[in-house]
Amino acid sequence: MKLKSIISQLNISAQCKRYGLPLWQCPQFLFLVMGAIIIGSILSAYAIGTRFIGDPQIVALITLLIAVVLFIIAAIITQSFQRLAEANRMKTEFVSIASHQLRSPLSNLKWTIELLMSERNSLAPEKQLEYFKILKENSQRMEELISDLLTVSRIEQGKLSLKKEDFSLGSLIKEVIEEMELFAKASNVEIEFKVKESLPQIFADPSQIKLVVENLLDNAVRYSQEKGGIEIKLEKKNKNLYFEIKDKGVGVPIEDQKYVFQKFFRSRNVLHHQTEGSGLGLYIAKSIIEKSGGKIGFKSQEGLGSTFWFTIPIKS
Amino acid sequence: MKTILFIEDEATLQKTFDEILGREGYKMVSALDGEIGLNLAKMKKPDLILLDLILPKLNGFEVLKKLKEDSETNDIPVIVLTNLEGMEDIDKVLELGATTYLVKASYTLEEVLEKIKKALGE
Repeated sequence: MKLKSIISQLNISAQCKRYGLPLWQCPQFLFLVMGAIIIGSILSAYAIGTRFIGDPQIVALITLLIAVVLFIIAAIITQSFQRLAEANRMKTEFVSIASHQLRSPLSNLKWTIELLMSERNSLAPEKQLEYFKILKENSQRMEELISDLLTVSRIEQGKLSLKKEDFSLGSLIKEVIEEMELFAKASNVEIEFKVKESLPQIFADPSQIKLVVENLLDNAVRYSQEKGGIEIKLEKKNKNLYFEIKDKGVGVPIEDQKYVFQKFFRSRNVLHHQTEGSGLGLYIAKSIIEKSGGKIGFKSQEGLGSTFWFTIPIKS
Repeated sequence: MKTILFIEDEATLQKTFDEILGREGYKMVSALDGEIGLNLAKMKKPDLILLDLILPKLNGFEVLKKLKEDSETNDIPVIVLTNLEGMEDIDKVLELGATTYLVKASYTLEEVLEKIKKALGE
């Protein structure tokens, strides 16, 4: 696997294509050019050195030293280039995906309004009400998406501020389950919450942690595909509370597992079942948990279900 | 009465089109995923198919490919109605034999209706 990734690094034209950069602007190619220049200058330095300095061993040592320093500098420059190019590529991708995601509810809104406004509108009042409901749902969808996008942009600028306070995670989970109950019932999924009494409070931002629990629970219900229940566990582990949510849903295929927390990533088998979803929920969850001093992870088997967990520090 | 099959996973759009196509005197049959859509195309032999690309179970590209491979369905005109607008997607769809490619966000209902009538030869 490692060898494979090194070999793929060597395929310069493919790498440059990925960034959408011409060859002469591409960091990998520049590095090669830089290497050639370095070798050239070392050789000429050596030629000059042997002619004017007496001890060839010292000359060799000096040239070697210069070469090492130059190589290190070049590698650092290249890496920063690469990071810049990657960030730029991700921004472009972000804009294109975000606008596509916003377009679906927008076209729904547009066409429904057109229908309601058309001259030949002969809809009965109760039917009109149905169309107004569609308008409401779709504007809500846009609102949620925009709020997710804003959270992501705050995360990326390092501006995600957490207002930390002491609160009970158990009560918060119960609250989320209650809010989610209708959705779970409609999806024919039962949620079971196992909690040991008298757990200590945690020290974090309740509104952000709520967002994490909502995202995880929403995913679990959504991808359960009416296959059995969801189990939520909360317990104390050392200086943390440990939260776990287990579903018997579609699961994540092995080849997709390393991408699960990436922004906009949506697994192939998820797209197969459900086309809605921004691919931002887990990315946001991971950022919030890590910023709160906790850890997040999961294990999953395709077709059998997933277990997502996170830890969060107890009030000190 | 001409029949139009609408393969689209957004129930909202199904509803809107059911209303608007009904007014124009068409009968609309709806399919919420690619698999059902393909089966309905074979069963009902519609006069026209409206096809979304991002679909559960079988995506629009696959549906289109299978429709065009099958001698029973390959002469039904297909209008692709989607929010994907990459050149690659458009080329691929037209290559697969779609009649027209419409980006949802850029057309009004009236304009979509016109394209439908044109594809039906009216």
